[in-house]
Amino acid sequence: MALKLYGTAMSTCTSRVLTCFHEKSVDFELVPVDLFAGEHKQPPFLVKNPFGQIPALEDGDLTLFESRAITSYVAEKFKGTGYDLIRHENLNEAALVKVWMEVESHQYNPAIAPIVYQSLVAPLQGKSPDQSIIDASVEKLGKVLDVYEARLTGTRYLAGDFYSLADLHHLPYTYYLMKTPAASVVHERPHVKAWWEDISSRPAFKKVAEGMKFGGK
Amino acid sequence: MAVKVYGPATAVCPQRVMVCLLEKGVEFDLVHVDLDSGEQKLPEFLLKQPFGQVPVVEDGDFRLYESRAIIRYYAAKYEDRGTKSTGLHTRRESSESGSKVTPTWSKLSRRKLEKVLDVYEKRLSRSKYLAGESFTLADLSHMPATRYLISEAGLGHLVKDRKKLNAWWEDISSRPSWKKMIDLAGF
Repeated sequence: MALKLYGTAMSTCTSRVLTCFHEKSVDFELVPVDLFAGEHKQPPFLVKNPFGQIPALEDGDLTLFESRAITSYVAEKFKGTGYDLIRHENLNEAALVKVWMEVESHQYNPAIAPIVYQSLVAPLQGKSPDQSIIDASVEKLGKVLDVYEARLTGTRYLAGDFYSLADLHHLPYTYYLMKTPAASVVHERPHVKAWWEDISSRPAFKKVAEGMKFGGK
Repeated sequence: MAVKVYGPATAVCPQRVMVCLLEKGVEFDLVHVDLDSGEQKLPEFLLKQPFGQVPVVEDGDFRLYESRAIIRYYAAKYEDRGTKSTGLHTRRESSESGSKVTPTWSKLSRRKLEKVLDVYEKRLSRSKYLAGESFTLADLSHMPATRYLISEAGLGHLVKDRKKLNAWWEDISSRPSWKKMIDLAGF
């Protein structure tokens, strides 16, 4: 039975999971959730995710939420097939993947998310982008990317010389960032830029990017 | 050779690692880092942790940071040791929501926190611990921040007012590993 993912193709967090599905060649069904109608905040959906956010996953009796928990579950469950996103046979490599997944979650995401929200999402809600938030976030993101630049000078990908779930987790927000003037933070850092061009050209992500329509093509 | 944990014993994220190592019976040396004087931002420390944060763990040649990655590493490495394996290896359902419960001060943040705690209350009405019927990394992950919330932040009533949440906290904070950590931290 196929995995059911509740979410929407435009959403960053849903896309994070979709990319993982494609890397693992997992059968799935995307069940649309109407964000504009507030479906994610209503009782039937709150049963799946009490925090009222997409995506949520149903795998038979198991319901999960938090996109990074879902991708980790999928990568673990299907670790024997498709691309090995979590280096499951090497404890130390697996740990480094986890380190950089935490870095994405706690350092990268808080800096990049406001830029994407202000630039691409707020206008859809009839709000004007707050440039002071964008500017402060760009500065913060620049400092984080300085660490990435140093790291990627030594390794091809974040956890080592292998593509992993840690790199994948960066794809959706960075894809949207690159549609804004803030893309300069990536362009200005040669190793980050090369890393971005590499990971965003993977077929699994290109498939998902087709559905990521905030900010136009 | 004992594992080295860099960080003050009084800080939340090093505590998360310490409790896990105690649960697993892994010997460690705590190397104090003076956050008040900004030691974590000095070049020598940045070599260990480029974001200038604690904790860092050195296990022989192997260095790790980000406390939640560290505890997952040790839970996997010592799956057969200490607190039983299926108990400590997180099911991941709620381990990520730990970052929603960082102690905060403003009224708006408090309201946000209360909404989150209401979700936890509902969750704990369905199962004894966050991920199911066993104590896991998901519960462990929450412990240092919850202690801080009750003690330094003076917001203990947010926990006491929620029956299931309170029972969960009483249960997990009575674990020997937690009591030992409290000792080490000098609380």
